Amino acid sequence: MIKINRDRCMYCGGCVGVCPTNALTLNETMLTVSEACNDCGICVKFCPVGALEV
Amino acid sequence: MEVECLVIGAGPAGSMAARELASRGIETVVIEKRQEIGAPKRCAEGVSKHSLEKLGIKVHELGIARIIKGAALYSPSGKKVVMEGQGMEGYVLERKVFEKYLASEAIKEGARYMIKTQATDMVRENGKWKISIKNLDGEDEIKAKLVIGADGVESKVGRWAGLKTLNRLTDYHSGMQFEMAGVNADMNYIHLFFGNDVAPLGYAWIFPKAFSANVGLGVLEKGAKMRAYDYLKKFIEEHEEIFKNASPVEINSGGVPVAHFTEMAADGVMLVGDAAQLVNPIHGGGIVRAMHSSIMAAEVAEEALKENNLSKDRLMKYENMWNEEYEEKTNKLLKLRSFLEKLNDKDFELLADILEGEDIFQLTQAKLSFFLKKLVKRPSLLRLATKYLK
Repeated sequence: MIKINRDRCMYCGGCVGVCPTNALTLNETMLTVSEACNDCGICVKFCPVGALEV
Repeated sequence: MEVECLVIGAGPAGSMAARELASRGIETVVIEKRQEIGAPKRCAEGVSKHSLEKLGIKVHELGIARIIKGAALYSPSGKKVVMEGQGMEGYVLERKVFEKYLASEAIKEGARYMIKTQATDMVRENGKWKISIKNLDGEDEIKAKLVIGADGVESKVGRWAGLKTLNRLTDYHSGMQFEMAGVNADMNYIHLFFGNDVAPLGYAWIFPKAFSANVGLGVLEKGAKMRAYDYLKKFIEEHEEIFKNASPVEINSGGVPVAHFTEMAADGVMLVGDAAQLVNPIHGGGIVRAMHSSIMAAEVAEEALKENNLSKDRLMKYENMWNEEYEEKTNKLLKLRSFLEKLNDKDFELLADILEGEDIFQLTQAKLSFFLKKLVKRPSLLRLATKYLK
């Protein structure tokens, strides 16, 4: 499951839109990742600030 | 609670849909997961005056942070091409104000808004959608005949309805922006900077506002060697004359869907704006397209509700309307985008030499036929012509 660096996350939700398993959800300043995450790393490649890590 | 129509998301698309639906006497509820409409923005806030006027959309003056005369484009070496004149004027908005105004217009027409209210799931039950929600009052359900998915690039509505709203990295800009005060640039123009070391497969921008400017860029992952954030820091460092005395007052980031894949309707569902990936593939602007999609969706919703037929087949009329207006233009712009993605910095310099502001405006309007004629005139441009035709 991907790791979220909450000090870096801009909570823009951009990663949610590229997650193929719909594992990411953003509400206000809280990005959450569900069990559906399969570590594909697409969100990591997208993140503008490098807040995500496989 | 049971309603005729539930709009999920209160951005420009959602509030425009709500206004259009409510003004037709359709019972409309809007839910927005954020505690404030319009903030934080994920956007450079620019809109074309001409496109708004064409749709008859009025922007409240308080929502306009600056009126813009045109655009200045810069090649990697700094060659400048200015676009100005009729059709090229625009506004840089204050989205927080602009969107609250749109919401107020919808509320005036009779729409009801619930904010800090998140949709957590949506299931089909007896020909209606049952939406689970969460807010300050706890958990609840809303039943709706029709759901308008205006939930942006993060769209869950599309996925719950079985539509392919998943974005592809190859067609999804990674965007980063500082809203900065103290920027030293001509504040009557937006400024766009091109180059593969500036913003690979995208561009960097300065969009002036009342006391500040949105300074940002978008990159595509396949061309980028570092994060959008790193490119933005580099851009600011390399333009000391502009940013020497500037500091950020806000930081934004976001994803921009620059190609459209998803179907726009399912049984009892229509997607509008970014949720349906309705962004101009060349400049990444989506506000006007989003609002236009909502106007079309509301028109189809009214007919479909009257006929009591909210099947996908019926609602796909909305997609047909959209395609009639935009498909040809979007396909041409996608072709242009794929050409631009092949260009190296030398090619950008050549383009800066041969294109006038008016030419670039024509290109952004998807008028491409003159372009090839221009390219084949000179042997030195053969390389560009080949890239264009391939």
